[in-house]
Amino acid sequence: MSSEAIKHGHAVAEVHSHDAHDSHGHDHHHEESFLTKYIFSTDHKMIGKQFLITGIIWAIIGGLFSVLFRLQLGYPEMSFPFLEDLFGKWAAGGRISNDFYYALVTMHGTILVFFVLTAGLSGTFANILIPLQVGARDMASGFLNMLSYWFFFLASVVMFASLFIQTGPASGGWTIYPPLSALGQASEGSKLGMDFWLISMALFIVSSLLGGLNYISTILNLRTKGMSMTRLPLTIWAIFFTAVLGVLSFPVLLSGAVLLLFDRNLGTSFYLSDIVVKGEILPNEGGSAILFQHLFWFLGHPEVYIILLPAMGMVSEILSVNSRKPIFGYLAMVGSLFAICILAFLVWAHHMFVTGLNPFLGAFFVLLTLLIAIPSAIKVFNWLTTIWRGNIRFTPAMLFAIGFVSLFISGGLTGIFLGNSTLDIHLHDTYFVVAHFHIVMGVASFFGMFAGVYHWFPKMYGRYLNNTMAYIHFWVTMAGSYLIFWPMHYSGLAGMPRRYTDWSNWQSFNQFADMNRFISTVAMVVFAVQLLFVFNFFYSIFKGRKVKSQNPWGANTLEWTTPINPGHGNWPGDIPEVHRWAYDYGKDGREFIPQTEPVGEHESKH
Amino acid sequence: MSGYFILAILTLAFVVTFQIAKASEYVSVLKGEEKAFRQNNRINAFLFIVFLVLGLIGAWWCNELFYQKTLLAQPAASDHGEKIDFMLWITFAVTGLVFFITQILLFWFAYKYQYSEKREVFFFPHNNKLELIWTVVPAIFLTVLVGFGLFYWFKITGDAPKDAQVVEITGKQFNWMMRYPGKDNVLGRKNYRLTDASNGNALGVDWEDEASHDDIEATEMHLVVDKPVQLVINAQDVIHDVGLVHFRLKMDAVPGIPTTLWFTPKYTTAQMKEITGNKDFVYEISCDQMCGSGHYSMRGVIVVETQAEYDAWMASKKPQYAVVKEAAQPESKP
Repeated sequence: MSSEAIKHGHAVAEVHSHDAHDSHGHDHHHEESFLTKYIFSTDHKMIGKQFLITGIIWAIIGGLFSVLFRLQLGYPEMSFPFLEDLFGKWAAGGRISNDFYYALVTMHGTILVFFVLTAGLSGTFANILIPLQVGARDMASGFLNMLSYWFFFLASVVMFASLFIQTGPASGGWTIYPPLSALGQASEGSKLGMDFWLISMALFIVSSLLGGLNYISTILNLRTKGMSMTRLPLTIWAIFFTAVLGVLSFPVLLSGAVLLLFDRNLGTSFYLSDIVVKGEILPNEGGSAILFQHLFWFLGHPEVYIILLPAMGMVSEILSVNSRKPIFGYLAMVGSLFAICILAFLVWAHHMFVTGLNPFLGAFFVLLTLLIAIPSAIKVFNWLTTIWRGNIRFTPAMLFAIGFVSLFISGGLTGIFLGNSTLDIHLHDTYFVVAHFHIVMGVASFFGMFAGVYHWFPKMYGRYLNNTMAYIHFWVTMAGSYLIFWPMHYSGLAGMPRRYTDWSNWQSFNQFADMNRFISTVAMVVFAVQLLFVFNFFYSIFKGRKVKSQNPWGANTLEWTTPINPGHGNWPGDIPEVHRWAYDYGKDGREFIPQTEPVGEHESKH
Repeated sequence: MSGYFILAILTLAFVVTFQIAKASEYVSVLKGEEKAFRQNNRINAFLFIVFLVLGLIGAWWCNELFYQKTLLAQPAASDHGEKIDFMLWITFAVTGLVFFITQILLFWFAYKYQYSEKREVFFFPHNNKLELIWTVVPAIFLTVLVGFGLFYWFKITGDAPKDAQVVEITGKQFNWMMRYPGKDNVLGRKNYRLTDASNGNALGVDWEDEASHDDIEATEMHLVVDKPVQLVINAQDVIHDVGLVHFRLKMDAVPGIPTTLWFTPKYTTAQMKEITGNKDFVYEISCDQMCGSGHYSMRGVIVVETQAEYDAWMASKKPQYAVVKEAAQPESKP
């Protein structure tokens, strides 16, 4: 793309060329082998790409799973012989078996929540953007950063392997509540597949901790001269809070997972008590199944913000750059991120209103949960004000950023229903919940991720993605997301429970066959369009149009002061010094003023 | 066969899209990128307005299609359900208002402030008054929602009336079992280690406890209209959930941790058949917590009836203790 390139690029290149040329002599260049450059790389940019591409592969698998179970939900009467060819006993007669259905649902959730939207999203953009935007040569520890990817890779291998074992992968839902997940007798998926799931998650948590600690220390310690915390772009603030959330909450999930492994394999009773399963009386007494839910959701809830915050940060940045206007209320944006980060730790039990939780305790969780709506509202209104009276360029990234805001509003508002315990009694575990979290956490975060990929692809690969495919990708995905998830609210309001493979035997829930067929059909179209994006991505890495200017979007942040294809170390000469915040767009009649430009004598104050 | 056909069409569509995309890139170079950019920008800005309008029409149409199929179209069948429905409407009103205002502004701004060479952007980095407004106004609305919500929450989760009928419901993979306390209105003690389904003790009742001798077991739940009922909820193997959609209620069944739930049914099953216009209407208990491969089929039935009908049903039932004793009789004296 890049008419922008023509409009703004040269100007910037001129502004900075003298910085870049000054110190060419210091450019230390060392030869890298294929192995050190592409595989065991310690360069944050390469590690970010590794996270991204692994995430894309997982997204295809996780998305494909949803297409498969949507086939069952949309066309319960039909049989698809090709399924039997592919999956054998799991789809005997061309119909997806119950065990297979639950395995697909569970893996879809696990893969997309953890492997795609946590590792693939914050792993990618934290790695690529932190050093580039704070002005550092690399992460605080390149080696730990490399280990972070490789632990993620190991976790991926274990999870992927679990898809192929005889009794199938975990199938108790992505929340893996015991006793179901603790007892092999209770479900096929709770046999070996569950151990794989837990081991994979343990490795994943190690990866996330190594990454998170690195992100935090880099942001706190390696900012370039002049880059005070209040001059950081909002992307970095968002990633910072994300990392803090991850570092403080993932270990709790690890403890939950380890205790579950003990219950499964060592005969302990942390979560088990008074159980008779398939006629067999188990000796375990004194454990609490609810304890696991507390441990799980203590991560599980921050996890949704771990997914969402980086998307919010990137959207803030992209909306501002492409509106050619400063982000409105920078400090309020940082403050609301902070508020969300704190509140994220204090609301976990709103997932447990109907577990028999003490109602008095529940009341506090209602209050704290609905408090999150305030920082969320601030963010939405600030985004709206940012584009108000701007001069908007609809780059593909900008389209996805606007789409993000729309989805965040829609999905956020239904959260006000579910966070209110009175309504949760009715709506808990219905399709209303499915619609809510898919829109606000799933699709919205995906939009943030797409926005990020479209915006920083030129920095990552020195080439552009194809614009026409990007527009098709956006509009079909945008329309498709609403077409899939909007009607689901209605089935939720009919009380239709989630995780049902078939509703035909129910008087109360069998009235939505047409809707389900429609949703499944749209889901397939949307999935096909995501493949178009994947194709565009890989094609453009090699064949996309080359980026010709250093700063194709006319942005203020530091990553656009590096060469078009930066080497390890990012800046060939000295790291530039920062003199102002990242959002001087449209100031004093100038379209944009990069952070590296000293504040002029006559510049207006704000 | 049709599978391959669809695959072929998809591939073709892919190739065509790709070729068009490629060609349009060349065209934009030839035409001048500046011009291509402006054209694309106008199209996308226009599409946002199209999306807004079609979206609003679609939302209305979707409501036309599905509203009647939801529970919003029929009255709640319990007193608690009525409170929940009222709360639901308050929340719809508040969130609906915010939804339409913000979505319309978003898409309208996107269209209105699309790139134009002439436009001077408004340098507007912050404004404390505005920030204060959209912190305080949502806070006020939320206070109202929290206030109503908690008021009802404590009513619903509060203690059951003293005269409430007690019914025990136990979930196991993949069905529900009911137990009534009988004449003494006390449920007999249980011990899960005594569970022995093949000898008539599927619930693990301790027959040593005399309170258990008049307890009645059933597979269907019968309730009396307008009489409060308290459910005592158990699970034997994994977590289940007693989902009562028509009463708008739900509560988990957790192994080892009994839970309770109370409500007052307002309409008999027969009345609900009339209200819903569905002659096959039944109150269903759905399992709402993932419990294994048969989760979707874990269905129970509740019959709400008049006191007379209930008494007749109860009279036809024999206490489980008596059933077990009778079955044991022939063996004890051969």
